[in-house]
Amino acid sequence: MRAFVTAVFAFLYLPIALVVLFSFNAGRHASEFTGFSVQWYGTALSNPFLVEALKNSLFIATTSALLAAVCGTAAALGLARVGARTRAVFDGLLGAAIVVPGVVIGISTLVALVQLFAVVNPFLASIWPGDQPPRLSLGYGSIIAAHGLFSMALVTMIVGTRLASLDRNLVEASSDLYATPLTTFRSIVLPQIMPAVVAGFLLAFTFSFDDFIVAFFVAGAQTTLPIYVFASIRRGVTPEINAIATIVLVASVFLVVLAQWQLRQRKPSN
Amino acid sequence: MHGNRFRHNFLTALLLAPATAWLVVFLVLPFIAIAVFSVGERAPEGGYQAAFTLAQYANLPARATAFWNTMLLAPVGALACLLVAYPVAYYLALRAPQRWRLILLALVVIPFWTSLLMRTYAWMYILGGRGIPALLALVGIEDVRLINTPGAVLLGIVYGYLPLMILPIYVSLERLDRRLLEASADLGATPLSTFLGVTLKLSLPGVMTGFSLVMILLLGEYLIPTLLGGGKVFFIGNALVDLFLQSRNWPFGSAIAITLVAVSVVVLIAANRISTRVSGARRVDLI
Repeated sequence: MRAFVTAVFAFLYLPIALVVLFSFNAGRHASEFTGFSVQWYGTALSNPFLVEALKNSLFIATTSALLAAVCGTAAALGLARVGARTRAVFDGLLGAAIVVPGVVIGISTLVALVQLFAVVNPFLASIWPGDQPPRLSLGYGSIIAAHGLFSMALVTMIVGTRLASLDRNLVEASSDLYATPLTTFRSIVLPQIMPAVVAGFLLAFTFSFDDFIVAFFVAGAQTTLPIYVFASIRRGVTPEINAIATIVLVASVFLVVLAQWQLRQRKPSN
Repeated sequence: MHGNRFRHNFLTALLLAPATAWLVVFLVLPFIAIAVFSVGERAPEGGYQAAFTLAQYANLPARATAFWNTMLLAPVGALACLLVAYPVAYYLALRAPQRWRLILLALVVIPFWTSLLMRTYAWMYILGGRGIPALLALVGIEDVRLINTPGAVLLGIVYGYLPLMILPIYVSLERLDRRLLEASADLGATPLSTFLGVTLKLSLPGVMTGFSLVMILLLGEYLIPTLLGGGKVFFIGNALVDLFLQSRNWPFGSAIAITLVAVSVVVLIAANRISTRVSGARRVDLI
């Protein structure tokens, strides 16, 4: 059994290791490693389209993860205060937001937004006093909102789990000692759920940064890093893509390890 | 007292408001939108034209190949994942040395959160012409085609979704009461019958959660068949990308999406029923 498990871990990590290895290949081909070089990183980072896509992805991931962390935490706190029936409705919707395949989230958001814009844009044009009325269209906003849906559901669940294991005695002791609800929240609840909030933020960021399929539908004219990489891959495999892939992999591994570490943090003892 | 209660309710509503707005605007309304579109007609220039017709659903067989490929490879892929994942989860939960357990678990979680695009790209690289086939040519085995085959898609599926299968099984095995295993052995059961009667039975909720999650995500998979199937192994996801982004037949695409959601719901309910009936426990939640 140990041999099998070892083989599975090798199966999980060898392909990734190979991509990383060949990103440092001096030659172009995957079949031979002709020497160590970082030239493909230089090529990748001097490609203006790629750098633009990377910036877009960083902006979108940061914004959607921040929104998700705030709204998701608020929702988890709110859900701890409602009855079983309301809770069940929310749990169902949040579960759906996580489980429904990205392709369905992508197309349904696309359809709904296009219909919405078809109503709102003429209206804006009719009430706008100037010559150039604002036009809503697909882009940063729609990607952030669509990513935020999954991310917010994720944060709500992670923080909700942490809240459920919160020491109620501390909360009661705090209010018995005449702390205001706000003080109790700030000094008792928040420190205990903070690791979960941070972990939720990091995982939400990773999800948004890595997502291809949802963004593919709702990006409009914008390009995110995965969309750019997907388009280049279809034109052919190049060491330049290996270099980008390595950067992305290292970034996600770093964020996920950080998130796991946050989740395993012991609760503050006093 | 009355004011206090009002304040309590007001704060609760305030906390839930952003999430509710988000869920309604970006989950519920879009779903209603595609449900409405699916009974509409394609406008002559593409997009949607209001109507009430079931013609789009009647037209589903036009994409029979995509449905057939998906409905075949999704359960087969989920099953293949399960067969690889179970021994790993079992080892992690019940056999691994304590100090290694968390590290090994983290090694399972990391790929789960790592870009599926990049991980699938790794296999394009390995299976593509300059990868394994080039190595095989060196030892005299010429003209091996690995990429753009159903086998490559299946491999990509197992690779992509293995972590998602391992985690819930691990969770259910880890919760298992070890004393039951000892009791079973003490009562003279063979290791095999202990495994079948106790371990496997009690880990079934984890198995069903993993299986249904992987299967549902596979039903909507696009990247793996596109990159490793090379346009030869078409999934429903490919049909949806085509209908929404290329040929712009939104009503037909919506009908396909609604069908996909319906199949997913059936899979979830069936998985839940099976685990409730066999082990008396409900599904394992991942988070």
